[in-house]
Amino acid sequence: MWAALTRLYHKLGSPKWFYEITSRWSPWFLIIGSLLMAVGVVWGLAFAPADYLQGNSFRIIYIHVPSALLSQSAYIMMAVAGVVGLVWKMKLSFVVGKVIAPIGAGLAIMALVTGAVWGKPTWGTWWVWDARLTSMLILLFLYMGIIAIYNAVENEEMANKAAAVLAIVGSINIPIIKYSVEWWNTLHQPATITLTKKPTMAPEMFIPLMLTIIGFYCWFAVWVFARTRNEILWRERRTNWVKKLLASSAQGKNNAH
Amino acid sequence: MLTEYLFFDSLSSFFAMGGHGLYVWLSYGCAALILGVNFISPILTRKKIIKDIERQMRRENP
Repeated sequence: MWAALTRLYHKLGSPKWFYEITSRWSPWFLIIGSLLMAVGVVWGLAFAPADYLQGNSFRIIYIHVPSALLSQSAYIMMAVAGVVGLVWKMKLSFVVGKVIAPIGAGLAIMALVTGAVWGKPTWGTWWVWDARLTSMLILLFLYMGIIAIYNAVENEEMANKAAAVLAIVGSINIPIIKYSVEWWNTLHQPATITLTKKPTMAPEMFIPLMLTIIGFYCWFAVWVFARTRNEILWRERRTNWVKKLLASSAQGKNNAH
Repeated sequence: MLTEYLFFDSLSSFFAMGGHGLYVWLSYGCAALILGVNFISPILTRKKIIKDIERQMRRENP
């Protein structure tokens, strides 16, 4: 058992293994994610009934909730990657944390923009400085802080450590986002989905939301894998396996011409 | 047929979204843009990295 675990650990830390296994997994995540997204978005936009209060603007939920949820999950993954990197000195873990930051920032922007656009017809305003919106804005700033660290700090080891510490400390913001709608008076409606209670939405509105949420997570895997593989390629450029890989792909290109 | 389950009765009412068209399409457009960048950006980076590595290899052993 222990031997199997250490073997898994060494495999996970091996860039070559990560490169090869994610190359094989990515197409599946892409296909499944795209199918879920296509069905979820078409269902949500064209088939789901309108909300009795909000009308058709509620259809923004099918991208707003997945992006908000995933931007927080991504942050937790980044913080966990930071812990693993700091405690077990796993280089690849830092790489994963580094590539999550720009993806998470994009998702946080998506959640904020779709939320603002949804807020206008629903609340009559694009923005209010309430707890949920402000803590989501802080999430975006945390992501940008980590991107800034990697851009500014030349020494890679220092950048990794600083980014990991910021990611870990900043994770205090995640429960604040989650409970902001309960702890403070806020315009933002309470959670649409909870693990403990039955959904309050009708199934024909709720199922497409589940589809787009899972679709977002599948696509997220594709993005993280692709960016991590890029980092690996550059870091390992002097190794034989990368040289062989590039040589064989160049060969394939020449044959095609 | 699946079409009888459609919520909207015409394409124009689908685009209008009951008067909320601007908001719905603005947010979906923004989402599509960011999702698209997430897919395209690593592909462009990969091309650039491979070019850089090949240039470096040519320089070191011509």
